[in-house]
Amino acid sequence: MSDVALKLDGVGKHYKFFELDDVRLELPHGHIMGFIGPNGAGKSTTIRILMGLVHQDRGEVTVLGHRMPEDQAAAKWDIGFASEDMRLYNEATLDWHLRFVRSIFPSWDEQYAQLLLKRFDLKPAQHIKGLSHGQRTKAALLLVLARRPRLLILDEPTTGLDPVARHEILRELTDVMSDDRRSILFSSHNTQDVEQISDQITFIDRGRIIDSRDKETFIDRWRRIRVELPSGIQMPALTGVIDIQQSGRLAVATTNAFDGVMPRAYEAAGIHVHAVENMTLEEIFVQNVQHSREGEHA
Amino acid sequence: MLSDTGFVLSQADGRPMYLQIIEQIRQRIAVGDWPAGEQLPSIRQLATDLGVSVITIKRAYFELEREGVILTQHGKGSIVANGANVGSRIHEQDLAKHLEQVARIGALLGLTPKEIQARLREALERLTATGKERT
Repeated sequence: MSDVALKLDGVGKHYKFFELDDVRLELPHGHIMGFIGPNGAGKSTTIRILMGLVHQDRGEVTVLGHRMPEDQAAAKWDIGFASEDMRLYNEATLDWHLRFVRSIFPSWDEQYAQLLLKRFDLKPAQHIKGLSHGQRTKAALLLVLARRPRLLILDEPTTGLDPVARHEILRELTDVMSDDRRSILFSSHNTQDVEQISDQITFIDRGRIIDSRDKETFIDRWRRIRVELPSGIQMPALTGVIDIQQSGRLAVATTNAFDGVMPRAYEAAGIHVHAVENMTLEEIFVQNVQHSREGEHA
Repeated sequence: MLSDTGFVLSQADGRPMYLQIIEQIRQRIAVGDWPAGEQLPSIRQLATDLGVSVITIKRAYFELEREGVILTQHGKGSIVANGANVGSRIHEQDLAKHLEQVARIGALLGLTPKEIQARLREALERLTATGKERT
């Protein structure tokens, strides 16, 4: 068994109006990775390449030890994939779908399927066409979860769900992680979901990975430092400070490489440090994208 | 967010999640719910219970271990550290932290040390007063 659940190395794909460029990603077994990016950043393209649904022009892709796209048939026994645009059969009941998936996958866990039906508040006898968007999303996820796959690849699993449904799904995802051989990659716009359950976080923008590391490191390295400048003193340039907003004598410095010496360096320059604040993942994400786009323009 | 351990995490709390978890574990030890030698939930178990990532719990346990509040033995999990006064030591650390904040905020407001002392005395008096009302 390979030591990582999935790995992309130097992966690229060219489209007329979009270029996925040099994507490098690694997800160790037993981890959850949140994959965040604005609309059109390349999240779904990356996920489709992982699933062998889109073939990369260049680069290596390995999923559960299988090379993609060549080995995709073998890999898919152990991958559970759900995406927004996945369709169930409108004219069939949920129960028909359950029996259908069960007949294909020997790993199907009927007890767990029944438990999920209750937790997700779904009725097996109901036809798919009568389900709401949220119910369909939950039904599709149930069909994937009950197979107990070693790797879950979920494209926007919580988009369009009400808070209760979102919570149920997040809880089910963390439940998967009680088994340390299973892994999850999920994409989302919802940074709050990602912040709560992810071990690893990857930001993608305009077809490039702009940052990828473990969540605690992310949160640790980003800080906002609020300072007061005595008149006549300028903000010194500190390495690691990527943004300074100043209005009058108050300034806010944002850093992506926080170090305890930073506030002391300001104090030494005669600048009064009011506060050192943590940032939410959402704030970090927006700053990160802006910073990386400015770098491109420069 | 409720769990089997009874931990409740707040999303409105500005602090990182691991700090909230550290605080709740410290409280349980401080009030004596988790005595010395008590086995803590495994990292994965607590992550599943709370619906947060494994790495968040790892970080919390790592910090608690570093402070000597818990002991981690490889393959056996973590236990509450021995030492009769872990509880009071935690309160002690808490107090030191808060006093430091009082001093810092006081200075920020331009208060003199004497004024800060007076404010602290007032707070103490208020606390004893409300305590008397209740009893």
